[in-house]
Order: sequence, then structure tokens, then C-alpha cells
Amino acid sequence: MAITVSPQLAAETSTPSAVSTAPVTKLAARHSALVRVTHWITTICFLALLLTGIEIVISHPRFYWGETGTNLTTALFQLPIPSSRRLVPTGYGYVLPDQNGWSRALHFEAAWIAVLTGLLYVISGLLTRHFRKNLLPGRADVSWRALLTRFTKHLRFERPSEAEASSYNVFQRLTYLFVIFVLFPLVIWSGLAMSLGFASAFPWSVTLLGGRQSARTIHFFVSLALVLFLFVHVAMVCLAGFWSRTGAMITGRTATRKEHA
Amino acid sequence: MIHLSRRKLLISGLAATAGTSGLAVAARLAQKYGLVPPDAGGIYGLGETLTYASQRLLTRHSLAREFPRSRISPRPFPNELAPLTEEFKRLQAGHFADWRLSVDGLVAEPASFSIADLKSYPSRSHITELACEEGWSYIAEWVGVPLSQVLNLVGVHPQAKYVVYTSMEPDTWDSIDMSDALHPQTFLCYGMNGNELPVVHGGPLRIRLPRQLGYKSVKFITHLTVTDSLKRFGKGLGSAAAEGGYAWYVGI
Repeated sequence: MAITVSPQLAAETSTPSAVSTAPVTKLAARHSALVRVTHWITTICFLALLLTGIEIVISHPRFYWGETGTNLTTALFQLPIPSSRRLVPTGYGYVLPDQNGWSRALHFEAAWIAVLTGLLYVISGLLTRHFRKNLLPGRADVSWRALLTRFTKHLRFERPSEAEASSYNVFQRLTYLFVIFVLFPLVIWSGLAMSLGFASAFPWSVTLLGGRQSARTIHFFVSLALVLFLFVHVAMVCLAGFWSRTGAMITGRTATRKEHA
Repeated sequence: MIHLSRRKLLISGLAATAGTSGLAVAARLAQKYGLVPPDAGGIYGLGETLTYASQRLLTRHSLAREFPRSRISPRPFPNELAPLTEEFKRLQAGHFADWRLSVDGLVAEPASFSIADLKSYPSRSHITELACEEGWSYIAEWVGVPLSQVLNLVGVHPQAKYVVYTSMEPDTWDSIDMSDALHPQTFLCYGMNGNELPVVHGGPLRIRLPRQLGYKSVKFITHLTVTDSLKRFGKGLGSAAAEGGYAWYVGI
């Protein structure tokens, strides 16, 4: 089998692969070291943020729109789950243990590490033209007609060409760009807007979102969107071959065969 | 597989040394300029310190958002109270006429104030949001005397770094740095929404810091101590909340 290293992705790593394992002739460079390291730091932080975020939410599983909202006001909606606080009317006869102390501490520590890691990733991605080379779709790919053609191909589970297989397809590119440049900034912004100290220095960060409780509600929904992305992302990784894809994100190299997702 | 050239090794070594010494210098500077919170030990110390240091640099002079009177929440939510002590009930029966706020520590003249004393000074008010770490929040008008005014009356020594405040609720105390203590919106609060501060909201005297979460605005204040170190108070973490695993600094 001929190896087809996409010229775009190959440019990312300078050292040519010298490793070989049994069935595959050669391994193609796939992810740069910086992308791999920031990917896994972000993964750990995201899981920590998700777990602690859930713990924080259960202390008040009610959501509001606007500036204020308490147990005495009407909720926009309430999650049908028990609470870790006695005064929240949940309909459950029991109260969960309070975990907010360490949850908040870990939430913010993970947020700091994730944000600093994200900054490093974005700055280096701009400097190394990672976004332009690997994530920005070609102009021809984003027309409605091209997207529709590609989408129907996906639905028919058509195998991508070798060249396509070793780089990201247009849906992956658009999704990653949306997560990196829309969802992550929005979840950081809505999180910071809930900080009373931050809001005192930058009051517009809250007012633009419609108030403190709106910021909290937005934070919740953007987090849900990120969890949805995580599920789809992991599902696609499994579909494309869990060990080969995960291995590529660890070692940076991959066998250039059979990649659909 | 991995080719480490001498040049790469040298550069990595230099970068690691620079990084480590840079961190050490940053830690020393942060300590010197009071940017390390008292509960910075332990695995969450990095996050706590980054938050406290960055907010201290960013918010030294910033004011909490204030709201027009029309946005005052009609029904402010009173959070759960510990059962009131016998002593509290006795003072309550006397309409808190015997309530005392004592001030000591690094001050020129330790003093004790009744609620009437505090009310004799020009009162200030702000309409700000009280936000609980749980997630809920409401807006109220808070009336009181700025803590800075009381501190000026007793004369704070220049080496003062923190003000420790103690509640009549058992095992309830907290502390703030001088930046928060002298902040114009930090009140010893005795009124709310045009009335006396209700007991459920911390009456007769509550500290109110609108730039930090609700649990920092401790209810039933009886005692202030000005100090240059928090090491001698409790476990040295700066507050009873911090000893219970809740951050000392909650501007976030």
C-alpha cells in the first residue's frame, strides 16, 4: 500500500517517521507534539470541570433568566434531580451531600489550566498556521452544494479517498472551529461573568449576556453543547478505530488506512 | 525514535531552569505584594492563588455593580440560619440595645460600639446583588457604615494586613485583606431595603462585601480584629469556611 501523507499534515512534524509495526508499511505524521499535549491537558481539565460543574449545579438545580433568581422566584426551568441543599424545593425527600467546597476549588483550578493551555494552543496554532492548514475548510468546500454532496456521501458511508482520509473533512473542520472559537470562548465568558470580582472590573461582561442569572443559564447550555461534542467526538473516534485514533493523538503518528471520521 | 541533539538538550535545559526560577521569582513577588491567599496550601493552592492575585491586580479600585431602586428584588431570599443561641435571644429581647461590636488588634485605640453608636455616623447605602455560591442571587439596598470609617476611628497601624471578623453564630469567623476592608462598598450593615436589617438576613449587624460571594458577608458581627498575620487564627487558613473546604477568597 502506498503511503499518502497529506502534504498539509506532514509539514507539521519535521522528523520523518522511522518506526514501523507489523502490518503497515509506514506511519504518517498526524498531530504535532503541541496539539497532542494541549489536547490531553484539555481533556483532563474538561472532565474535572464537568464533574465539579455537576456537583455545583445540584446545589441549586434551578435556572433563571435576567439578573436575579432564588427559591422564592419563578424559575425558567428546574432540573428534575435532587439537590444538595435543603431549601431547594425538588420534590425529593432527601438531600445529597454538599460537595461544593472542593468542587468549586477544582472547577476554578481546572478552568485556569484549561484557559492557559487553550491560549498556548491558539497562539501556536496561529503562528504555525495549524488552523489555516488543518482546520480552515477550503473555499470550495463550504458552498451549500459542496456541503450537501459531502453530506450525502457521509450518509451512504462512502469510504473517503486516501487523501481525504489523512486530513480532516469539512464537517470535522467546521465542528472543531466552532468548538474552539465559539463554544470555548462563550463558556469562559459566561463563567467569568459570574465572578463578582471580574464583573466589578468589567460590568459589560454581565450586562451583555442579559444579567448574572442569564450568564449562569448560558454557561449551563454551552457546557451541554460541549458535552454533546465530546460524545460525538468519542463516537467518531470509535468508528474510525479507537486505538489507531487515540494512538495517533498520543504518539503523533498513524497508519494511513481506513479512516472515515 | 526521539533524536535529542545537544543543541536541543541545551535549549530544553535552559528553558526548564528559566521556567523553574521564573516560577520561584513569581512566587516570591506574589508573597511580597500580598497576592497569595492564606489558604493557598494544598492541591488547589495554584487555582486559588491565580484567582486571588489576578483579581487583586484587576479589581483593586473597581466597584461592584450597583442597580436602580426599581430593580430591588421584592422578596429577598433568607438562607438557612443555625439555631440562634440563648445569648442572641436575650439580646434580641432587648432590641439589641446591648449588642456590642468590639474592635482590637493592631489599632491605636481599641473600642467598642453599640448599634446606636454605629448609626450615629453618617450612613451609606448601595443597591447591590447578593450572590450565593449555590447559584441564586437577589438585589437589595444595604444600609450601614463603611468599615473604613470604623477603622479610621480606632486608628489602624500601618503594618495591618487583614481584618478578622467574628460572628455570634458559633464557630463562624472570616477575614478580608486591607484592600477589601478599606473598599468604599464594604459596610458594617444594619439596614436593608429601608428597614432595620432583619435577623434572617443577619441583623442587627452584618458585614457586606458586594464583590465577594454571600458566605463572605458574615451575619451577626460582634468582633473585629486588625492583624498583620492570619496564622494565629484557627488553623491559619483565614476563615472558618476555609477550614471547612470553602475558599477564603470568593471574588469568583
